[in-house]
Amino acid sequence: MRGLGPIIRKELGDHFSSHRFVILFGMAALVAFMTTYLAAMSLKEALEGSSRPPFVFLMLFSTPGALFSLLQFVAFFGPLIGIVLGFDSINRERVQGTLIKILSQPIHRDAIINGKFLATMITVAIMLLAIILVVTGFGLLILGVIPGAEEVVRLALFYILSLFYIGFWLALSTLFSVTFRGITTSALSSFVLWIFLSFFLPLLGDVIAKGMTSQEVGSREQIELLIKQAEIKETIELGSVMTLYTKSATLLVDPSRKTASNIVIMGAMEKFLSSRFKNPLSLDQSLLVIYPYALTIVALTILCFGITYTIFLLQEIRT
Amino acid sequence: MEIKEIIKTFDLTKVYGKETAVDHLNFAIREGEIFGFLGPNGAGKTTTLLMLLGLSEPTYGRAFVAGYDPVREPLEIKKVVGYLPENVGFYHDLSPVETLQFIGELNELPQRELRKRIDELLTMVGLSKDRYKKVGAFSRGMKQRLGIAEVLIKEPKVLFLDEPTLGLDPEGSRDLIELIKRLNQEKGITVLVSSHNLQQVEEISHRVGVMIMGRLIAVGSMEELGREKLGVGEGEYSLEELYHLYFEEEANERVRTHN
Ligand SMILES: Nc1ncnc2c1ncn2[C@@H]1O[C@H](COP(=O)(O)OP(=O)(O)OP(=O)(O)O)[C@@H](O)[C@H]1O
Ligand SMILES: [Mg+2]
Repeated sequence: MRGLGPIIRKELGDHFSSHRFVILFGMAALVAFMTTYLAAMSLKEALEGSSRPPFVFLMLFSTPGALFSLLQFVAFFGPLIGIVLGFDSINRERVQGTLIKILSQPIHRDAIINGKFLATMITVAIMLLAIILVVTGFGLLILGVIPGAEEVVRLALFYILSLFYIGFWLALSTLFSVTFRGITTSALSSFVLWIFLSFFLPLLGDVIAKGMTSQEVGSREQIELLIKQAEIKETIELGSVMTLYTKSATLLVDPSRKTASNIVIMGAMEKFLSSRFKNPLSLDQSLLVIYPYALTIVALTILCFGITYTIFLLQEIRT
Repeated sequence: MEIKEIIKTFDLTKVYGKETAVDHLNFAIREGEIFGFLGPNGAGKTTTLLMLLGLSEPTYGRAFVAGYDPVREPLEIKKVVGYLPENVGFYHDLSPVETLQFIGELNELPQRELRKRIDELLTMVGLSKDRYKKVGAFSRGMKQRLGIAEVLIKEPKVLFLDEPTLGLDPEGSRDLIELIKRLNQEKGITVLVSSHNLQQVEEISHRVGVMIMGRLIAVGSMEELGREKLGVGEGEYSLEELYHLYFEEEANERVRTHN
């Protein structure tokens, strides 16, 4: 595609020399290092003397260090990376009058939106890879574990899934930067949607679930009521990309998890099996459980970018 | 000698909502001429330029630029037309060299050739000693000169300059006007320049077009316009006076049709 190469190169240069990227990367790296360090130390302590369970390396990602695990950190911080790197990508150029200048060069219009999206995704990919490599380093140094073949595959899948997850938020903030002329407006819209989807929706799920089952209190057994509430809550939460991601990513890096559901909904047998470290799921079993969630994330990302792309291509230049 | 028309429009029309920005425009620009595009704010000059470049889709009508239809083959037109938008913007974090490098790459110029052109152009517009400074620190005049270098890097056959002297001091304007003249004479570049400065337009244009409310009410050389309007030859009336005469007539016309 004409113009794609130069645009990607320029955008990459912009990202890597921007204060924004440095701050974002610094913050992500710092928190990631601290989390893994603490996780590694607590793992080391817990494993002292006992025989090594399988997948110790992966536990670096799923074990909470101080407050949260590395996985939870990506679930929370990933959207921020996507939003911060994308909310002004098109409207800034529109406002400063450079968009029309690039568009009057002999390039395809989609080279601009594709180039910007790809360049930012490359930036994110480098960022995330750097963090994962450092975590691997910690694993080697503190725990002395080397990832096995299956762990590498699981980690690679986790990496790709995370990229799509962050890609969704990047596509979304780019969508706002295409539709809104104001940079503040697009930033605010992205953040509001992020807060809504990530925090209010689960809360809302809780409220709705309780509300829907409130008449039934007393008419049923307590345990049945709880299960029903949890089911409703979970269905609503599926509207949150963060929930989708957390569920599927957890299953990827924690083979001892058997289901994406909460403990309450698990059957008795599953609960029995879920005692830690026992009979971890094989890779294809894990994949079978997560594929609806993971596929939804991928589809949402592609859909969101598709909408952004189409609007940008059909848009009147002077708005 | 046959006169070749490098730009030609047929009932070119652009409607924004209820407002007709460009109304059945028919005109032609000859290869190698400087054409001055006049008209008050909101007359439709910028809209016309955008349609000629394929950046904005006409509501009705057609146009040809250098033999191509802007709707079907905008890329071919953008290869040969250099467009300096009104209030052109710049990447503040880049230097002139980096800016020109980027624009040159978008035009797929080979590296070696590109470096040569960047050198030549920066010397030509007088920015060679500021070549590594950030554009963010440039004055309006320096930016405008960089803008000129940007449109020239592709070695265009046609230049669209939308109010290029806006905001420049008298000397800056002078230099720019001289440069446009020189490019036209030495390289045979066809220039379509819009401006509100009637004296400047009068000085450099071979022909002018006056646009009001989306319609082109007069086209021709100064001499032709004078003859048509007043039955006199060139020299007796300045473009300024002619412009006002046309303007008054248009206003009277409007009052008549309104009643
Ligand atoms: N995106 C848009 N939506 C609606 N109307 C528009 C849009 N862009 C331009 N117009 C209208 O089109 C008309 C022509 O505008 P245009 O910018 O072409 O004028 P102009 O001759 O270049 O004026 P100026 O000398 O001020 O630059 C104006 O009345 C303007 O309001
Ligand atoms: Mg204009």
